[in-house]
Amino acid sequence: MSDSHHEESFWRKYIFSTDHKTIGIQYGITALLFLFFGFSLMMVMRWQLAFPDQAVPVIGGLIQWLAELNGFASIGNLPSDLYNVFGAMHGTIMIFLGVVPLVVGAFGNYVVPLQIGAPDMAFPKLNMTSYWVYFIGGVIMLVSFFLPGGAANSGWTSYPPLSVIATTGQTFWLLGMVFLITSSLLGSINIIVTIIQLRAPGLTWMRLPFFVWAQFVTSFLLVLAFPPLEAAGFFQLMDRVFDTSFFLPSGLVVGGEALDVSGGGSPLLWQHLFWFLAHPEVYVLILPGMGVIAEIIANNTRKPIWGYKSLVYSVVFLGFMSFIVWAHHMFMTGMGQGMSIFFQTTTMIISVPSVIILSCFMLSLWGGSIRFNTPMLFALGWIPMFGIGGLTGLPLGLSTLDIHLHDTYYVIGHFHYVVAPGTIFAIFAGIYYWFPKMTGKMLDETLGKIHFFFSFIFMNGIFWPMLIQGMAGVSRRLADGGESYAHAQGTLHLNEFMSYSAWLLAIAQIPFIINLIRTLLRKKAAEPDPNPWRATTIEWTDTTSPPMGHGNFEKVPTVYRGPYEYSVPGDSSDFTPQTSKLIKDR
Amino acid sequence: MEIPYNVQVREDTGLYNSKLGIWLFLASEVMLFGGLFSAYILLRTGAPVWPPIGEHGSIMHILKETIPHATFNTVVLIASSVTMVMAWVSLKMKDLRKFRIYLGTTLLCALVFLIVKYFEYSHKIHEGFVPSHDTYMALYFTLTGLHGLHIIGGMIVLGYFFGPGIKMWNNEPERFTNRIEIVGLYWHFVDLVWIFLFPILYLLN
Repeated sequence: MSDSHHEESFWRKYIFSTDHKTIGIQYGITALLFLFFGFSLMMVMRWQLAFPDQAVPVIGGLIQWLAELNGFASIGNLPSDLYNVFGAMHGTIMIFLGVVPLVVGAFGNYVVPLQIGAPDMAFPKLNMTSYWVYFIGGVIMLVSFFLPGGAANSGWTSYPPLSVIATTGQTFWLLGMVFLITSSLLGSINIIVTIIQLRAPGLTWMRLPFFVWAQFVTSFLLVLAFPPLEAAGFFQLMDRVFDTSFFLPSGLVVGGEALDVSGGGSPLLWQHLFWFLAHPEVYVLILPGMGVIAEIIANNTRKPIWGYKSLVYSVVFLGFMSFIVWAHHMFMTGMGQGMSIFFQTTTMIISVPSVIILSCFMLSLWGGSIRFNTPMLFALGWIPMFGIGGLTGLPLGLSTLDIHLHDTYYVIGHFHYVVAPGTIFAIFAGIYYWFPKMTGKMLDETLGKIHFFFSFIFMNGIFWPMLIQGMAGVSRRLADGGESYAHAQGTLHLNEFMSYSAWLLAIAQIPFIINLIRTLLRKKAAEPDPNPWRATTIEWTDTTSPPMGHGNFEKVPTVYRGPYEYSVPGDSSDFTPQTSKLIKDR
Repeated sequence: MEIPYNVQVREDTGLYNSKLGIWLFLASEVMLFGGLFSAYILLRTGAPVWPPIGEHGSIMHILKETIPHATFNTVVLIASSVTMVMAWVSLKMKDLRKFRIYLGTTLLCALVFLIVKYFEYSHKIHEGFVPSHDTYMALYFTLTGLHGLHIIGGMIVLGYFFGPGIKMWNNEPERFTNRIEIVGLYWHFVDLVWIFLFPILYLLN
């Protein structure tokens, strides 16, 4: 181990750092940029949906240049081939390069060691490696935009046979995914080992902050669910590069000609392997978000979180169940009645722990003296938004309803309610909450509230009409938004409304960006308040803001109590830190 | 700053960090090969005959010829697992000379395995049984190929501990012994994968 006192070079300190805090911030910045890029792709697509085949304003020239580079005709509009590329890459970038690196890479990395009183992650060098492997994966994905035929265009699900016969972009997608999967594996192994091995003395399992539990379960999902997708990725690479037929059935005809392959493969095999990852992946996205929300609700209601043990048992059960629900994405593939009934049943069962968690959060509000600061507003906004996402998912879990709802905008509306307001509100809440810890400076509350209220309104403006369109039967992935379909005509007018909401949502992020930059430029107080939220967990009570370089703590903290001891009777203050031995000893 | 339990065992878990890390890594490897094996099951149960008959007919006659080679390879890999344990035990007994002999034997076994594999591959490819011939060949090359990559990866790590990595023994013998234990666990896993691959690809046809 290096001596903590000597001066480090710029490269060691900021670029190839092994300090979990620096790596967390690296993840955070990179992932936020990817999040913005993925959102930008969607804003262009929303133009095409609202005003099909018209030239895109402002960046029409750029779109035309990219389209022609890829070999598509464009007059500044978004041609349907490029629409497919944008659609597939929007999903890929948002999930694998944006949200997962933010919730696990950034928050997990930065907060978990601090909350459990550890000097760093268990494997600091591995931690650095996982960031750079993620970075390479991201670069591969970005480079693929400039290939002939563009980036991957078979949807983020990459269903064969389409993906096997698709342009070179798909090969890059697979290679990029191998890097992203490897990065996630290394990162999550690190988090699990850190939580099991490096907990401070006295920090027993039932004293862990709920955020740590959420990260723990999430990491297990990543370790166990990602490898089957990696296996599937290898198969698809073989199909594309060595002309094997893992996913190609016999007698496949493409463009009027029989495909020259041996056949005998199964497209369903891909779907099984893909969804074996991709369903737990939904919980990878949402569980850390729930963890963030739990911290913020307990802190801002000034009372213990309601039902801590129920929360913990629910999150563990949720993690376990998430491995046996995957085929509810496949009801319409003809996989058989027996399979459908099994997966329909498990899907109904998995909704129970989610409801318990949501109920615990709502009951926590009861009788609290709530502080309506920005993190709390995002947390309060999160509850109904995730609620809508969860409840709209129940009908989709019933195989009969899927006959109508399958592959419509209803599905898009549902999972965006879970992932966009659900996860991203939690991310915003977390950024506002932990920013003072990371920098020693508070973000501006007024700008934060503007950011929250407008984001809240416009998110609903985008996703609620999708549910209506979907119930009318409008299919997803139509490059003209349904204009050429008779049954879509009744709900077609909603397209413009959703698009305006999307662009306004982008404008609503400006106060956030201004807030970040302005606060970063502001001079830091001589001795920043280490605990501005008056919180009980270790990262607030036992470190400076920001925490000191390698090592985090002056001396290893010892834990004496649970994570959310707010308003303990007999204590002079309304929060009792985990590390305070006696009530009133501070 | 020192990361706790890097070398020493944490009392309540009974593990040092990297031992837990390697078990988690192996769990993910089990899932990886689980995915690969499940593809084998699905494609095989869906095929009218196994191995499927392609452009060059069935692979069966060549497979029968190669069973002795694969059996030999199985023995070689099991032997390498044994010498791997012996290498670790030698370190526990503080005998560096024996450690080098056993680790060298392990490396040699791995090399023999790969050479036999190379002749098997080239024989099949020469007869026209390339991965795209039929789904059996596709599975055969993908599964044994990925297993071979695991062998090569293991050899690189073992080679490092045989060569420059051995210096750690002088200053931190305990940490070095832990490292050998961990790479040994990985090596046994790779061996175990072959124990599954051998029957499903060669014998059960």
